[in-house]
Amino acid sequence: MGQQKNLDGYVGFASLPNQVYRKSVKRGFEFTLMVVGESGLGKSTLINSLFLTDLYSAEYPGPSHRIKKTVQVEQSKVLIKEGGVQLLLTIVDTPGFGDAVDNSNCWQPIIDHIDSKFEDYLNSESRVNRRQMPDSRIHCCLYFIAPSGHGLKPLDIEFMKRLHEKVNVIPLIAKADTLTPEECQQFKKQIMREIQEHKIKIYEFPETDDEEENRLVKKIKDKLPLAVVGSNTIIEVNGKRVRGRQYPWGVAEVENSDHCDFTILRDMLIRTHMQDLKDVTNNVHYENYRSRKLAAVTYNGVDNNKAKGQLSTNMDTVEGMSPLAQMEEERREHVTKMKKMEMEMEQVFEMKVKEKVQKLKDSEAELQRRHEQMKKNLEAQHKELEEKRRVFEDERSNWELQQRLEQQKMEASRTLEKNKKKGKIF
Amino acid sequence: MAATDVDVFSNEEKRNLSLGGHVGFDSLPDQLVSKSVTQGFCFNILCVGETGIGKSTLMNTLFNTMFENEEASHYQNGVYLRPRTYDLQESNVHLKLTIVDTVGFGDQINKEDSYKPIVDYIDTQFENYLQEELKIKRSLFNYHDTRIHICLYFIAPTGHSLKSLDLVTMKKLDSKVNIIPIIAKADTISKSELHKFKIKIMSELVSNGVQIYQFPTDDEAVSEINASMNAHLPFAVVGSVEEVKVGNKTVRARQYPWGVVQVENESHCDFVKLREMLIRVNMEDLREQTHARHYELYRRCKLEEMGFKDTDPDSQPFSLQETYEAKRKEFLGDLQRKEEEMRQMFVNKVKETEAELKEKERELHEKFEQLKRMHQDEKRKVEEKRKELEDEMNAFNRRKVACETLSSQPLKKDKDKKN
Repeated sequence: MGQQKNLDGYVGFASLPNQVYRKSVKRGFEFTLMVVGESGLGKSTLINSLFLTDLYSAEYPGPSHRIKKTVQVEQSKVLIKEGGVQLLLTIVDTPGFGDAVDNSNCWQPIIDHIDSKFEDYLNSESRVNRRQMPDSRIHCCLYFIAPSGHGLKPLDIEFMKRLHEKVNVIPLIAKADTLTPEECQQFKKQIMREIQEHKIKIYEFPETDDEEENRLVKKIKDKLPLAVVGSNTIIEVNGKRVRGRQYPWGVAEVENSDHCDFTILRDMLIRTHMQDLKDVTNNVHYENYRSRKLAAVTYNGVDNNKAKGQLSTNMDTVEGMSPLAQMEEERREHVTKMKKMEMEMEQVFEMKVKEKVQKLKDSEAELQRRHEQMKKNLEAQHKELEEKRRVFEDERSNWELQQRLEQQKMEASRTLEKNKKKGKIF
Repeated sequence: MAATDVDVFSNEEKRNLSLGGHVGFDSLPDQLVSKSVTQGFCFNILCVGETGIGKSTLMNTLFNTMFENEEASHYQNGVYLRPRTYDLQESNVHLKLTIVDTVGFGDQINKEDSYKPIVDYIDTQFENYLQEELKIKRSLFNYHDTRIHICLYFIAPTGHSLKSLDLVTMKKLDSKVNIIPIIAKADTISKSELHKFKIKIMSELVSNGVQIYQFPTDDEAVSEINASMNAHLPFAVVGSVEEVKVGNKTVRARQYPWGVVQVENESHCDFVKLREMLIRVNMEDLREQTHARHYELYRRCKLEEMGFKDTDPDSQPFSLQETYEAKRKEFLGDLQRKEEEMRQMFVNKVKETEAELKEKERELHEKFEQLKRMHQDEKRKVEEKRKELEDEMNAFNRRKVACETLSSQPLKKDKDKKN
């Protein structure tokens, strides 16, 4: 889009990254991590080991120590500082998960919790007056798999299937010190096979342009899922103080990469990919939630979002449009629809009117015709009568004339007779 | 939603914990930085100033490159904005730089509306961003941000005070964009005049309530330098892309018969200060301010204009969904009402016309009733006449008959008499 330009000297915007660095340190960082797994898999211990702090202690016992009847979702916030960088870490744990006899729907409170965090963020993002938008969305979910050595349990598969499109899921093999390296290899292969079979999308490490980094990423990918061991105790091994688990047959060191994948997890989760986990949550999972939510609202005007976790196919028409733009579009469509309706109604109306007017004209013509007919009839009768009268009057006057003539004749003859009689006497 | 427990974990209080070793999250800023470097940066500069005041030259000088620019004429009908985007790179940092020039500013006889195209341009960029943000399917993280991060306002070096056009324009812009006022072509003002000029300008800005950008002093790393720079505003700058040999160095400068004005000499002009503040220290802050303050203000006004509120009449907070639903209900109700209205209008029209036609029909029948009656009358008359005629004919026939009997009788009498 822009023209490439070469600089003839030092300008100074190469300091931008430093400016960004400075500002981010000043702002501080937030991260929310969710841990899910049956009780006794070492979740709390792992968290303590990851963050080298007693998040869970006697005063604040971990989830497995709190006996719950149903699945709860609880969070604890801690503020930790290192090298001038402040991190507000929220750990969300789910005591009671998978511990009941009947675990149907035990993932539902977890899904609800994730959605409610998305909802909170969506609401605060959509306010008219926006201020600080605290980000309490779940950035990563560590899912603990029991080290059976065989494969995934149905609950594992159910859970991951339902959550992989809502949150970054990182499956871990817990208490990996109960598996030998070969058993672990097999177990991992089996798990990955099953994950692929069920089309579960676990968190993917992004490819970079850097060769070196890509090599590391490939190495990590080959070791998935990571098999971890956690420990709260520090033991001395060969003069070094390490975190580990003391057994009669030796010490399983947490940070020894030959013993388990803990360091890989820690490096990946905290040192290299923490920001990416946040970005994927923001750009992918949250956006999915948001677009589903808004599409449901605007398409039907009611909350059609009953089928959580399912993408509605109604999205095609509203893709790429803000809900307000969509309303505008609908308004325009409605205007054309109204115009069409109006035109149709007009047409029907005109037609009906024409019909009626025509009928009226017809009956008018008909009546006129009849009237003319009658008039003609009458005139004919009139004429006939006139004619008759004339004939009659002619006849009468003729007869009368004749009568008068005869009368005259008779009068004349009578007079003659009279006179003759008179004359005879002479 | 799961109920929160009533034990130590239910409170949201943060605990401060100390770490037992190096965890490694101090690399977070680096992670963030490496992500933003991969994404690349973008920066948008708006240059407002009269034609020929040195905007293009200053840009070339600041960024050490020749941006293509034809010289603008003085005869533009109005002000229009010309954005140009360039891809620059320095070490591993990619910068997408957009320079927006105001062509024709200050050239018209009537300059009342000069500020409008500028305000419109700034608002349009905000609007585009807002639209993207409101989309259902959006991609904000790779959106090319065109919002103006900084407005360099070029003040003509009169040495006296601000022009009224300057005050009006800056007042219109100060709530929409970060403004840094600069005195252009500062090599035409002497040091003492400059000092007075700067004071005059700043006091005029203050007395007119114009908010210019203040270099931030809340971060200890840069607060000192920023504070001192704030005191040098407005920066008096000289731009030049020509190189002149001074001593044994070649520097960018303007050669006059009486001497050489060196651009990067801090005792000659404030160019270095401007570059330092604008690019090397506060570029990120300018971007942040644009997003967090100016854009938020625009967005808030826009949403309020459209009728969105954060709380309903009972002061209960609205969720986004409720707001949209309410809007939508209103909208659908509106549409429905319009439809009803139209239907009603038609029903009325039909009724009217029906009544009209009925009236016509009635009239027609009346007319024909009348004609019928007339006709009846005529018929009756004819009948009468016929009757008359018949009577006359009958009378005549009777006469005829009577006459004939009578005429035959007298002959008989005579005959009798003869005998």
